[in-house]
Amino acid sequence: MNNLYVEQLKVSFDGFQALDIDIFEVQENELRVVIGPNGAGKTTLLDVLCGKTRPDSGHAVFGPMELTRLSEDEIVAAGVGRKFQTPSVFATLTVFDNLMLAMRADRGVFSSLFHRLSSGERQRIEGVAERTGLQDLLGETAGTLSHGQKQWLEIAMVVLLEPKLFLVDEPAAGMSDDETYKTGELLLGLAADHSLIVIEHDMEFVRQIARKVTVLHEGKILMEGSMEEVQSDPRVIECYLGTEIEREDVDTAAS
Amino acid sequence: MSEARHHWTAFGLFVLFSLLVPVLNWQGVIADTTLNLWGRYFCFAIVALGMDLIWGFTGILSLCQAFFFCLGGYAIGMHMLLNTGTQGVYGSVLPDFMVWNQVEELPFFWEPFHSLPVTLILGLLVPGVVALIFGALVFRSRIKGVYFAIITQAFALAMWLVFLRNETMLGGTNGLTDFKSLMGLDLTETATKRGLYVTACTALLGAYYLCRFLIHSKLGKLLVAIRDGENRLRFIGYQITHYKMFMFVVASMLAGLGGMLYVPQTGIITPGRMDVQASIEIVVWTAVGGRGTLVGAMVGAVLINLLYSFLTGTFPGTWLYFLGALFIGVVLFFPEGIVGIAARLTNRQSKPA
Repeated sequence: MNNLYVEQLKVSFDGFQALDIDIFEVQENELRVVIGPNGAGKTTLLDVLCGKTRPDSGHAVFGPMELTRLSEDEIVAAGVGRKFQTPSVFATLTVFDNLMLAMRADRGVFSSLFHRLSSGERQRIEGVAERTGLQDLLGETAGTLSHGQKQWLEIAMVVLLEPKLFLVDEPAAGMSDDETYKTGELLLGLAADHSLIVIEHDMEFVRQIARKVTVLHEGKILMEGSMEEVQSDPRVIECYLGTEIEREDVDTAAS
Repeated sequence: MSEARHHWTAFGLFVLFSLLVPVLNWQGVIADTTLNLWGRYFCFAIVALGMDLIWGFTGILSLCQAFFFCLGGYAIGMHMLLNTGTQGVYGSVLPDFMVWNQVEELPFFWEPFHSLPVTLILGLLVPGVVALIFGALVFRSRIKGVYFAIITQAFALAMWLVFLRNETMLGGTNGLTDFKSLMGLDLTETATKRGLYVTACTALLGAYYLCRFLIHSKLGKLLVAIRDGENRLRFIGYQITHYKMFMFVVASMLAGLGGMLYVPQTGIITPGRMDVQASIEIVVWTAVGGRGTLVGAMVGAVLINLLYSFLTGTFPGTWLYFLGALFIGVVLFFPEGIVGIAARLTNRQSKPA
């Protein structure tokens, strides 16, 4: 049983209620897309799940583990991996070394000091590189990759963590249409043997990958359902339109 | 540079400095003082290697490495003073400064330093343990960047003040001096000086290969990863604190080793060696030589100290201005340091026009 079960989760920053979720559940090997306007609490939700932010109250239980009480490294060991919104890779290391560091292995200082790469491990790295389209770039310095390639590299790194639950924050941000499509196919492939939570703004992309969608608004879950249900829901339309109108108001007021 | 060529270069330099220089000294071509000076430069180079590990590779700017250098230096100094016997000015078994301060009994923490093996172990262990405790407190609180640098500087300053006090029983402002012998060998003998010089040379080679081993391991890549993106590394499951503590301990033990080899060659250790400026100088050696290259740290330490000897002899008083200008110049125009400039020049030559 590797379900994610979130209950009564509250996070506030300086009195601002960033997250207030009653119940949020993700089944094993489910691909869940979370959408919502800016400031809806999407990234905060992932921050809580990966240990970056401590909630004020509430639970986030994954399998047998209460994630809100674990440290970042314990959460990784429990099988939760996170891809950040802005591609964060180790810029001066090669693509291969980036992957090698991410690969599941003993994380102790002395294990790292005396670590020798086995041929099996090398094959695993090459295999994941192929899956993410990085097979010809293994010797390149990660800092020289294009934006899209960096995103794939970070996804590949998280794949090598062998997470059971894969948190993906705006993977298609800043990508060309072609790259976005490939990223979608990649995530759909991963959904076969991982649970995924994907945050995304790009509606075209959401349509490509979504099975079940959760809409967050002002920290609360507005609704959950299929893409069709979500798109035709008047509350969703209102919250998206509402923020758009507000934003225009702010813009005109500022100018 | 290919691996094989690299090893031959290192080996060649080692033979040159550890065999040829003493032979030339024996033949009277190289003066005793020159030999002694170079022996001290090699001690600084060991400290600089540690600085490069923690700063150049891991990106943690420590401004208290001179303190760790002094911990090693004081350890060996205490040992040598205890083994002076009754040859001191006052003819007492106690070190002269204690007699002068009317101390009747040897303080308890001096006792272990009667034995040379214990002293050698403590000269490495004390800096290591201090770094471990300090690192645990600071890194666990996730203090980093400029805040870490400021805390280490405050620490260095505090320790300097502690060592200045007579009550610390380490000689106060005057430090420890008037050493007579080490392992029964007279320190004024040229042969002893040659021996110390060769020991420093060998220790530097050993320290260099230890650092290379660290850097080329998976751990070495993790250090660079900490520098590049500490957060990413944390969220792929590494305990960054442990890695930082480990490197801080290694760097501090290397500093302690440098200090232990330095003091017998210099004949004196005072708190002046651990003031704020001393630690910053170590940073400057590493930056000028070239960060994150190991070779650069050693080259920087030796060259800047050569310059120091030359300039303080020729234009006394200008040294600090010169050092400051050099540091600013390197940071602004040659962030890769001397090694970076050299690499650029050789690359340009090897490329067909």
